[in-house]
Amino acid sequence: MLHIKCPHCGMRSQNEFSYGGDATVKRPELGEEISDHDWDNFVYNRKSLRGKHWELWQHLSGCRQWIKVQRDTATHEIFKTLKANEDIS
Amino acid sequence: MTQSFRLETGGLINRDKKISFKFNGKNYFGYEGDTLASALIANGVHLIGRSFKYHRPRGFFGAGVDEPYAIVQLYRNGETEPNIKATEQELFEGLEAKSVNCWPSVNFDVGAINNFLKIFLPAGFYYKTFMWPKSFWYKIYEPFIRKAAGLGTASIKHDKERYEHKYEYCDLLITGSGPSGLASAYSAAKNGAKVILAEDKSRFGGTLLTSDVNIGNQSGKEWADSIVSELKEMSNVTIKNRSQVFGYYDHNMLVMSERISDHLPETKKYHPKQRLWYIRAKEVLISSGSIERPIVFGNNDTPGVMLSSAAKEYMKVYGVLVGKKPIVFTNNDSGYETAIEFKKNGVDPIILDTRKEPQSEIIEEAKNMNIDVKNSYVVVAAQGYKKVKSADIAKISDDKEELGSVENIKCDCICVSGFWTPTIHLASQSGNKTKFNEDIDAFVPGTSKQNEKTLGAANGIYTLEETLKDSFERGNQLSKEITNNDNKVSFPNVVEKKSTVHDKFWCVPLPKGKNYKRFLDFQNDVAVSDIEIALKEGYRSIEHVKRYTTLGMATDQGKTSNLNGLQLVSKIENKVVPAVGHTTFRPPYSPVSIGAIVGREVGKHSKPTRKSPMHSWHEKNNAVFVDAGVWLRPRYYKRGDENLFEASKREAKNVRTNVGVCDVTTLGKIDIKGPDAAELLNRVYTNAWLKLPVGKARYGVMLREDGIVMDDGTTTRISENHYHMTTTTAQAANVLSHLEYYLQLVWPELNVNVVSTTEQWAGAAIAGPKSREVLKKLFPNSDVTNEGLPFMGYMEGDLFGVKAKIFRISFSGELAYEVNVESDYGYFMWEKIIEVGEEFGIQPYGTEALSTLRIEMGHVAGSELDGRTIPYDNSLEGLLSKKKDFIGKRSLSRKAFAAEDRQKIVGVVPLDKKTSIPEGSHLVKDSNAPLPNPKLGYISASCWSVEHDNPFSLAILKDGKNMIGEKLFVMSPLKNKVIPVEIVSSHYVDPKGERVRS
Ligand SMILES: [Zn+2]
Repeated sequence: MLHIKCPHCGMRSQNEFSYGGDATVKRPELGEEISDHDWDNFVYNRKSLRGKHWELWQHLSGCRQWIKVQRDTATHEIFKTLKANEDIS
Repeated sequence: MTQSFRLETGGLINRDKKISFKFNGKNYFGYEGDTLASALIANGVHLIGRSFKYHRPRGFFGAGVDEPYAIVQLYRNGETEPNIKATEQELFEGLEAKSVNCWPSVNFDVGAINNFLKIFLPAGFYYKTFMWPKSFWYKIYEPFIRKAAGLGTASIKHDKERYEHKYEYCDLLITGSGPSGLASAYSAAKNGAKVILAEDKSRFGGTLLTSDVNIGNQSGKEWADSIVSELKEMSNVTIKNRSQVFGYYDHNMLVMSERISDHLPETKKYHPKQRLWYIRAKEVLISSGSIERPIVFGNNDTPGVMLSSAAKEYMKVYGVLVGKKPIVFTNNDSGYETAIEFKKNGVDPIILDTRKEPQSEIIEEAKNMNIDVKNSYVVVAAQGYKKVKSADIAKISDDKEELGSVENIKCDCICVSGFWTPTIHLASQSGNKTKFNEDIDAFVPGTSKQNEKTLGAANGIYTLEETLKDSFERGNQLSKEITNNDNKVSFPNVVEKKSTVHDKFWCVPLPKGKNYKRFLDFQNDVAVSDIEIALKEGYRSIEHVKRYTTLGMATDQGKTSNLNGLQLVSKIENKVVPAVGHTTFRPPYSPVSIGAIVGREVGKHSKPTRKSPMHSWHEKNNAVFVDAGVWLRPRYYKRGDENLFEASKREAKNVRTNVGVCDVTTLGKIDIKGPDAAELLNRVYTNAWLKLPVGKARYGVMLREDGIVMDDGTTTRISENHYHMTTTTAQAANVLSHLEYYLQLVWPELNVNVVSTTEQWAGAAIAGPKSREVLKKLFPNSDVTNEGLPFMGYMEGDLFGVKAKIFRISFSGELAYEVNVESDYGYFMWEKIIEVGEEFGIQPYGTEALSTLRIEMGHVAGSELDGRTIPYDNSLEGLLSKKKDFIGKRSLSRKAFAAEDRQKIVGVVPLDKKTSIPEGSHLVKDSNAPLPNPKLGYISASCWSVEHDNPFSLAILKDGKNMIGEKLFVMSPLKNKVIPVEIVSSHYVDPKGERVRS
């Protein structure tokens, strides 16, 4: 079971969180003209990285905040966690 | 009965306390402090079971967790448990145990015929034997395998014992209380670190209990006892016996099972039987020691063949002789310690040492005691069926290839020592990249992935002095980093016997003309020949060999078999062992009871049960409940002898003709507040929301980004910046997360707050042509006329002094209202509705009638919004705004979603107007078409239409819009039904929607 540092609540067990996918995907602006290709990339296509990966988790049974977590998908090592409004750099 | 193999004195048992027990129906006794194994051996019982595959007689091989085959079915206090190791089960008064794997009895076993038919049961025999014909599987093969195999029978009774879970955090977790565990725990504890020390056995001390050493002028055991009693006094130390750390998971979380009551005749009041600990440790020190490995020879599975360390432990800990005419067969000095112990207890052993001229302190000592030592000698085969009677022995050439002439000598046990294998299971589970140590012919932990270090014998360090030095230092250093204290512990003077190098010999060649089975894996009956076959048949990867032959699988996890298996593969493949590599060690290290894993999450504790505030009224009024997620909802209210069908028909009919009331508390409710609330709704829902006036409700559909319908419901504008959203019962939690996602991550500029208020409101739907009459009586001071409260209108009212929200919305398709009051007043509201509605013939209705009403009305619900349909499929395309963008809109223009012949919801009526249509059935054009019959659609929901008094279903049908009036067939292969049907509109009742507006 992973141990995730919620930027709002501190170290918490994985079972308080739910996974939310790739954190680097940016939703196109509302009303934006967008090609099928780009839209499909937004909705479906993910890199499925092996290694460092920025992903979203929601602290469901805690503060209910969505957070950004940098995790190694192969080793589960967590390097960094950020609040929703903090930019991945 | 006398215990003919119990020594007069010695051991750590309490000879003042006799304990009686039963094995296979026979009465025996042992002493307090015995295991079932030691007590049975004391009584001369060595036949304990039958092997898994060949049903060969099985005895004892080890003295603890390393035991591969002394597995019994245990009976305790009216309960039974399979898969119990006799070597681990402590004796208690009244214990009963039975053999497993033998039918009808351990002495006469039908399955043993497998042993004589073994030519038919080689490697992969399950794959090869039980394949054809297919029809034999259910009736012949499976019952046969189930009866003949397995490691016991799980009870099907409710387990009345209690199991608990505990979460714990510590600085250092130390797994094992041998020399390395005690030393590291002690120095860490002295630095003030929070330490958990776990010992799998009942006694602390590990090998210190059995080895002839001296630490600080104390015996090993005395030193261990003094350290343990000091640790027990320290408030920063948790020291647990009978506690096995069996799994190492991510982020330094380990799981330990503590057996609290298994050694007692019955569990004490308020005590659990076992406790599962989830331990998050900053650092882990693995001090799990090592397990002696066998030397492979003919019939080496015969009862009476056992590890030499086990024989020593039975003598030193339990005062029990495993035999009175022992042969010690060894390739290293450890065997000599066992032989010396025999000799001290008045038994004359013979040592067969595979080495030519070994010399060391301990060998000298043995020779000085006049122990018969034969160098360059091996056991070729054990003789005897249910117990060793003699051994074929021979001299072996220097290159270990040729055997001299075979002679047979009498013996009653063969104690084997093939050197030591570090217990690296936990290290390997943690992700540690293990490495092969040539000096000890075994894998040891290498590069760590998590915060773990391995100490002592588990790390391949076999001298006490080095182990203690290293462990004191590690404990001190790791704790120092955490606590910043540096209290050095003075290193005690250590006296131990020096030993010489072991012989890498591990497998005795077969003598000419003999074809003895030489076992590698005793639990899974894997012999040398099985591995040879697997390799001949082309298996190369050690992981494949494992699965094909079952080597190292099941509860044993290769504790004694792993390395010899690897030696064999590497020899045949002509590779070095590290090139073959070992298989993955999997948790649990040793079996854990299902009860401990489940913990308290049984029965009503397995999930929460949510009940509406009106629940007790439903109970009093004969409601039959149904699970709706974690909610309990009335399915119908039984009157007299009514069944589900009759009751729900009555209830639905009463809504269409009079008025009904339904508990809708379970609907998800989300309170939405903020100046940008309307904008959020406008983006989330597919229709327009910016112009919804205060005091009005609107129906909305929300999509996922991929265009699939996520949920539907009504949202009401309570005041300028305040909305009340409802969701379906099932999607309530997901919709809240969905809104939070967009507000926190995508559109943080929107000034909106959302919060779940599902529990805060109790809801009642009052539906039917007479519902307004009921409402007038409930709210005499409010204008609930069609003008005062029109369809999709909202107002607040006073319900006999209770503030209520009144929504004019309808799921049933009738004139209907939903009334919400604060949950605490829910019961009051409900009673009032029933009371004032009586004169209008009001009846409560459950979810079954609710479904009937919505299905015949063509209103979609969870069975249509099933995560596979878009708005068009549900005839909801009218709700798609063309003017604005919304979540998922772009996806709807993708080709498949815009296809001309796209699936669409339709109604389905059987031509005979009688036959009910099973939900999930397929719609086909031709019921006689060859398979696979092209499927045009599926039945999503079925009911008995109370309006038309015939069956009616909703279906999602390809090109549904052009199919109205078509005749098709409904096919349900599961129910073996073919029903001719007509496709009609999904709006089977009041297609113009006049009633809701009346
Ligand atoms: Zn949090």
